[in-house]
Amino acid sequence: MTAALDITNLQAWYGESHVLHGVSLAVQPGEVVALLGRNGAGRTTLLRAIMGLTGRRSGSIKIDGRESIGLPTHKIAHLGIGYCPEERGIFSSLSTEENLMLPPTLAAGQGMSLDEIYTMFPNLLERRNSQGTRLSGGEQQMLAVARILRTGARLLLLDEISEGLAPVIVQALARMITTLKGKGYTIVMVEQNFRFAAPLADRFYVVEHGQIVETILSRDLNARMPVLNELLGV
Amino acid sequence: MTIFGVPLQALMSQLLLGLVNGSFYAMLSLGLAVIFGLLGVINFSHGALYMAGAFLAYIGVTSFGLNYWMMLVLAPLAVGVFGILIERTMLRRLYKLDHLYGLLLTFGITLLLEGVFRSFYGVSGQTLDVPEKLSGASDLGFMILPNYRAWVVAASVTVCLGTWLVIEKTRLGAMLRAGTENAKLVEAFGVNVPLMVTLTYGFGVALAGLAGVLAAPVINVTPLMGSNLIIVVFAVVVIGGMGSILGAIVTGLGLGVIEGLTRVYYPEGSEVVVFVVMVIVLLLRPAGLFGKEK
Repeated sequence: MTAALDITNLQAWYGESHVLHGVSLAVQPGEVVALLGRNGAGRTTLLRAIMGLTGRRSGSIKIDGRESIGLPTHKIAHLGIGYCPEERGIFSSLSTEENLMLPPTLAAGQGMSLDEIYTMFPNLLERRNSQGTRLSGGEQQMLAVARILRTGARLLLLDEISEGLAPVIVQALARMITTLKGKGYTIVMVEQNFRFAAPLADRFYVVEHGQIVETILSRDLNARMPVLNELLGV
Repeated sequence: MTIFGVPLQALMSQLLLGLVNGSFYAMLSLGLAVIFGLLGVINFSHGALYMAGAFLAYIGVTSFGLNYWMMLVLAPLAVGVFGILIERTMLRRLYKLDHLYGLLLTFGITLLLEGVFRSFYGVSGQTLDVPEKLSGASDLGFMILPNYRAWVVAASVTVCLGTWLVIEKTRLGAMLRAGTENAKLVEAFGVNVPLMVTLTYGFGVALAGLAGVLAAPVINVTPLMGSNLIIVVFAVVVIGGMGSILGAIVTGLGLGVIEGLTRVYYPEGSEVVVFVVMVIVLLLRPAGLFGKEK
């Protein structure tokens, strides 16, 4: 089976500073993978590097078997990636519905229809004409995920979606991830909130200093907690 | 009938002249605003491209036997294509640097363009006849309305409102607005942002070219006509608020009218009134009338 995402020896730079030092990982279709680590460890940078949003990159990043390392950002997205950035990236000059409709369709007929999205996120329907940044934090987060579900992307990169949200919203997001997993999406998520990620992910990678220092399967999680606690400093 | 001691006829014709000037301010500052919004480039060559539009119209009509209406389409197209070449080959390399570098490059292009036209046509100026269909004037009772001037105002208001509608109400416009806020994220969604940037620059300068063609029959076409205008247009952009589309249109037309009124009631002040307004606006609202405070 071809991996949905196959990264080999990825190096990345921001200008002169070398930020990723040989990252390798493979995510199979339908898997949910969490990237854990301290702030500044390089998790967000890893997602940005996959999208080609860092500076120079070397190594290999294959999406469904297709090499993306030499491509410009907009062509990488067309390999079927939905990217939900840190701090959500909702546009203040666009209404909620304009934000939702902004990303172009990547694979025709594959994405969720507007009806399905409004059924899944009824608040967005109610507030579709509001300015995007007038929504509550939780609604903005729903919007940031909803807009990449419309495009037909099958690989979702979610950066800190639980950050700064009330526990009841975080629980709703966890149910949403479970639903998406059930629909067969492949998900790579960066998470600070370990308790949010723990029941959702099939596999955990611990990132430190721009490298992957530990891989833990969810079934080994309890046994490996001491190691994880030490690495994350929780 | 007189208003504050000025005959109605004279007042109305100065107001119309103000609206005509305001139309050029609006079209030029609209292009500048769109370009600054998406590219972060202060396009100093805007005035020179307006001049190029006027000269292309003059050359097309006098040397190639084309008519005004053909040049109304061809000249902005040519200016737009020239802009696209400039963006692809030169401007593109400067996006990561300070705004100042884009300003310097486009200033250099201005000097080059003005030099080229000056070496062929001198500085004394050329005139282009008003197209036959729009010559003459209509008597409205309270004033005599020269048909060509009415056409200039109507055409530029239509173009400006059309542009505003596209930007505010369509999906393409939503992409432009989003790109202005965070171009990298829009590209990460799969939009070909570099192409969008190129076409936006081409469209912005084509608007300047179109303004040049519209202006050619009512002003003296000289290589320096853009330089005379561009300083006022920059003031309009600052007053309206950097990057604000509606601000550029409303402020452009409004300042044209204010200039026209000043010419009636205090002619000595008509050359500086725009800058006086600019100082007042900057003191009261540093981000401009329609700009968002950062």
